[in-house]
Amino acid sequence: MCIDCGCAQPHDHNHDHDHGHHDDAKTISIEQNLLAKNDMLAAANRERFSEANMLVLNLVSSPGSGKTTLLEKTLSDLKGEFSFAVLEGDQQTANDADRIAATGAPVHQINTGAGCHLDAHMVGHGVEHFDLGQTDILMIENVGNLVCPASFDLGEDLKVAVLSTTEGEDKPAKYPHMFRAAEVMIINKTDLLPHLDFDIEKCRRYALAVNPDLTIFELSCRSGEGLDAWYAWLAKQVGTKKKVI
Amino acid sequence: MTINPTEPYVHELGITQSIVDIAEQTASEQNAQKVLSVTVEIGDLSGVIADAVEFCFEACIQGTRLADSKLVIKRIPGHARCNDCGTEMEIDNMTFSCSTCGSYSLQRTRGEELNIKEVEIE
Repeated sequence: MCIDCGCAQPHDHNHDHDHGHHDDAKTISIEQNLLAKNDMLAAANRERFSEANMLVLNLVSSPGSGKTTLLEKTLSDLKGEFSFAVLEGDQQTANDADRIAATGAPVHQINTGAGCHLDAHMVGHGVEHFDLGQTDILMIENVGNLVCPASFDLGEDLKVAVLSTTEGEDKPAKYPHMFRAAEVMIINKTDLLPHLDFDIEKCRRYALAVNPDLTIFELSCRSGEGLDAWYAWLAKQVGTKKKVI
Repeated sequence: MTINPTEPYVHELGITQSIVDIAEQTASEQNAQKVLSVTVEIGDLSGVIADAVEFCFEACIQGTRLADSKLVIKRIPGHARCNDCGTEMEIDNMTFSCSTCGSYSLQRTRGEELNIKEVEIE
């Protein structure tokens, strides 16, 4: 069923082989990366995405930072310019997928159950629901979690870490793995700054200390402030993809 | 509109399941009935907690050829090299700047390992 992962036969071990007596213990050297299987599937995803000249972003953040609102806003505002597809990852409910569906964009919900992150296998099957040739930008909204999604490559071009002003400005220092793995950081909910103690300069300093190459956007999905720069960046990234043809 | 993964897991549980799967596969290929021990390398900068892997291991090996096996974890401390002044230093996850010149441009050289090294079978 699935050429890449062989998942139609999970854990199908064949126990028919010769169980002769082995009196001597022996040591077999393996030297294999434990994320090798995920990385292999991610590479297969990346190849499919690249053939479709599609920009793929993996959105990561803690729960409640505003990833879904950012997507709703982006999809609505750029509807006429690009065709989007969205993969929504959550432990439970299709609430986020319903919100995205309301914008008119194709969306597929992945419920991870007890799982704390999306992996390349789920994404590989998730995109079977889309016409990749007709898609300019695939947005993957990861499970709200600043820890585990950092380790699992999905085959995306870039990771975008979203942080909101209602969180601590030291989040990048507390969760350095994620901010090091990301290429872009969005500081969302800037309209609330007058009401909060959030120190945006400090936040930038922490983030750039962890990852000096981060591209940072400050925006508010509610007021619309700062969205233009984000949209211009997106357009530029899509342009880079199309040029590859 | 829902995909259910074949098995629920958290971060370290998934990693541990990979360890058990690889060891089982190796034992099967070698016609071995039992796995005595599994040796893995976990770097301090890998984002994977060795203690959690140890905890998950007990659960994952039930009913497999690894049922009575021992998990040997080799921890690898983090190391980095400063791109500006060349200083080599030991670092942890919260080290961002060079201990000599203060530069933020650190190249991690060791500590991100996450490998299965060997299995002892009989």
